[in-house]
Amino acid sequence: MSAAGTLPDVADLGGPAQPLLKVEGLSKHFPVKGAGLFQRKRVARAVDGVSFAIAKGETLGVVGESGCGKSTTARLLMRLIEPDAGEIVFDGEKVGATLGLRELRRRMQMVFQDSYASLNPRLTIADSLIFAPVVHGVARAQALALASELLEQVGLDPSIVLGRYPHELSGGQRQRINIARALALKPRLVILDEAVSALDKSVEAQVLNLLVDLKRRFDLTYMFISHDLNVVHYIADRTMVMYLGKVVEVGPVEALFAAPRHPYTRALLAARLSTDPQARTSAVALDGDPPNPIDPPSGCRFRTRCALAAEVCAAREPATIEVAPGHSVACHLHDPASGHREAQAHG
Amino acid sequence: MPRTRSAVRSPGHASQFARRLLADRVTLACLAILLIIALAAIFAGHLAPADPLKTSMAKRLKPIGTPGFWLGSDELGRDVLSRLIYGGRMSLLMGTWPVVNALIVGGTLGVVAGYAGGWINMAIMRTVDVFYAFPSVLLAVAISGALGSGMKNAIVALTVVFIPPLVRIAETAATQVRGLDYVEAARASGAGAATIIRVHVLPNVLGPIVVYASGLFSVSIILASGLSFLGLGVEPPQAEWGLMLNTLRQAIYVQPWVAILPGAMIFATSICFNLASDGLRAAMELRT
Amino acid sequence: MLNYVFRRVVYAAPIAIGVTLLVFALLHIAPGDPINAVAGPDAPADVVEALRRAYGFDKPLPVQYLLFLRRILSGDLGVSVATGRPVSGELAAAFVNTLVLALGAALMGFVAGVALGAAAGWRKGSITDRLATLVSLIGVSIPHYWFGMVLVILLAVEARWLPAMGMGTGLGDLAVHAFLPALTMAVIPTGIVARTVRAAVGETLEREFVQALRAKGLRRGAIMRHVARNVSPTLIAVLGLQFGYLLGGSILIETVFAWPGAGFLLNEAIFKRDLPVLQGILLMLAMFFVLLNLAVDVIQAWLDPRMRRA
Repeated sequence: MSAAGTLPDVADLGGPAQPLLKVEGLSKHFPVKGAGLFQRKRVARAVDGVSFAIAKGETLGVVGESGCGKSTTARLLMRLIEPDAGEIVFDGEKVGATLGLRELRRRMQMVFQDSYASLNPRLTIADSLIFAPVVHGVARAQALALASELLEQVGLDPSIVLGRYPHELSGGQRQRINIARALALKPRLVILDEAVSALDKSVEAQVLNLLVDLKRRFDLTYMFISHDLNVVHYIADRTMVMYLGKVVEVGPVEALFAAPRHPYTRALLAARLSTDPQARTSAVALDGDPPNPIDPPSGCRFRTRCALAAEVCAAREPATIEVAPGHSVACHLHDPASGHREAQAHG
Repeated sequence: MPRTRSAVRSPGHASQFARRLLADRVTLACLAILLIIALAAIFAGHLAPADPLKTSMAKRLKPIGTPGFWLGSDELGRDVLSRLIYGGRMSLLMGTWPVVNALIVGGTLGVVAGYAGGWINMAIMRTVDVFYAFPSVLLAVAISGALGSGMKNAIVALTVVFIPPLVRIAETAATQVRGLDYVEAARASGAGAATIIRVHVLPNVLGPIVVYASGLFSVSIILASGLSFLGLGVEPPQAEWGLMLNTLRQAIYVQPWVAILPGAMIFATSICFNLASDGLRAAMELRT
Repeated sequence: MLNYVFRRVVYAAPIAIGVTLLVFALLHIAPGDPINAVAGPDAPADVVEALRRAYGFDKPLPVQYLLFLRRILSGDLGVSVATGRPVSGELAAAFVNTLVLALGAALMGFVAGVALGAAAGWRKGSITDRLATLVSLIGVSIPHYWFGMVLVILLAVEARWLPAMGMGTGLGDLAVHAFLPALTMAVIPTGIVARTVRAAVGETLEREFVQALRAKGLRRGAIMRHVARNVSPTLIAVLGLQFGYLLGGSILIETVFAWPGAGFLLNEAIFKRDLPVLQGILLMLAMFFVLLNLAVDVIQAWLDPRMRRA
């Protein structure tokens, strides 16, 4: 908040080796409305001990089925929901300790899935865009100038768009505006929660390319959440796979897609419909519905749908093992100390 | 980089609302009638032919059409027409002021409860539930009865009666808006609760709340006059429609048509408020 | 189902307590020394002292409230300032009278409202529909105490068909005397029930499963039965509320018709500043309303299993 009324850039601490975001043991349990008065309080363990790191300048893709906790994780990072446990460190500063919420907001922003619900229907686009900068002390005139500039960066004509209301624009235009709004505070990390999922395919491609472009231009880091594996393959540098509130595999995107280690990742990738007309299959890769986060299976949560499950999988939760540089899996199969009959070392 | 094709221009919310309202003849007529009654009440001094408080033992209970007493005279010889015009002041005041008060207090409580959630929400809503355990007439009479008669006490009693429904509707609207992504985005931008409520929540909940409140005016007029009818509101010898109905009750055997005139005024005003508020609701339908 | 009933009862308990708190508070928001409100202006000094000790006016407020609570729970609603008789006795008879009126009005309102609403909802946009809308509008806009006066003028003064006030003697006479007040009170529920039924019937008829039934060739009567089953939960809820409102709002009509019910007693109590009676009536009526709401919710949940999740 300088006297000139513009937002100063967020300084880089710690250099390129320090991860921009480091998350340790993040957990959130939601209380579930009990059916009876005398039953034990039940909780849905939406996010359970999630740990990962995002390096500066990379795009971390986050994939998983509905209910795996990806969106909850995003909201926990943004502190829109309070975590039950866990530590978040942004560029070396611990959130809650050295980094206050207001400063965190300047460093980390989010783009939501529903482009229409993300904009206040009663505000013009201009008002929506200048809201955040004005809150942080920027003068209105400067904020408007900033808004115009951002609109141009996302490929929209400010003279047409600034005075409009959300219902007068298309989905693709609105999502561009949402991206512009996220960039208004000059964040370093942008979380994209299914940001392109609701768009038509052609528009989706345009917005994806825009995101890639913006990342380069503004030196951003992305956390890209999506259920669409092909999109993640296109845009991510590393990918994190979540299942039922836990991280099951993290790794460089090419390596993970080419040779997935975790049975769940393998099943997810196999479940993608192939564009090759010769590759017909009637075998279902992933059986059944995802189990309930209220009563997850003991030990490894995936074991009820895993073809390779053994007794140890029900007894103990798998440890996270690094199978290659930057690539780790949480599965007894890859832990030689687990006692799994087919355990391999760095397989 | 693809440029935007020009987006379709459509009118803002305020002009849409105005246009819909102006096209609704029934609502306009009702609003006009209400305006006339209100103006007549305000300028009663210039319009009323006689002094509403001047009694005359000789001229008691004259029928409608008597020269000098165009709508008849009441049980104390006062001119009914003048008392009806002057009565509009008290009746309209007692009918509208409680709703306005309740809108401010109840609306604020409800929006705070809806936005805050958690135990604040529970505390406010459960307290409101207790008031809901009383039928509104009963509550109004009870509070009014305990406080004593008089216009101020009646207004307080009615305000208390109308706060719970307004809290409920404000809370429902605020809770719904709070869950929307744009409020989350506003929270994510680091704004404080007060700013978010002012910029994002209030404009989007004010519509349904005000429309609901407008529907309460007709109930308030009836209740307020009802309290005076029971002797709990305005005190004699003031002119007020409900009080007039009460004092003229004995006269139904002598001059029935004079006796029911004040009630007809209450009825007419109430219908106009009802129709106008329905029209307001229709005109406010938010476009998606 | 039992679970829902249990939860609902537990939910009602703090509300009931809140009601007693409110009624208790009324005594203390009244201007002047509460002891005068209980003892009356010319009670002898020793009576005043006895009452002061019994009510505990010299003790702190929370203690007074607990004393109050203990008294009500043991059935002692105090003694009327005006008559010197225990409140509960006077209340019982008056309450029954009000109940008679409310039931009559509710019945009339229900029948008229359902008939009108169903006819209107069945044929939206027709004359019946317009008529129903008009009746609904009148029902919610009319000051019923005024309407009572109008009816009295038309039927008792001008035409001399029906008596203008009181309860009469004997059962047959009762019905004759009760007719006008009940009819007057019936206007409110008629309007609201008609509006609710019209909306519910119209909405149900438009739903797809009804189109499917029609395509199967089901006759009108059978379709109406399906519609009725869908509409009944909402209808029960509205009726329950209306009945409660009738009980509470009876004060105005009972005043017009000099019907000796709880409302009439309430009116007298207010004028004689007889606060024990005022509190007693309030407590009884409010508690009845709470129980009524409970019953309505339970019946609704029984009829419509979807409600049980709340």
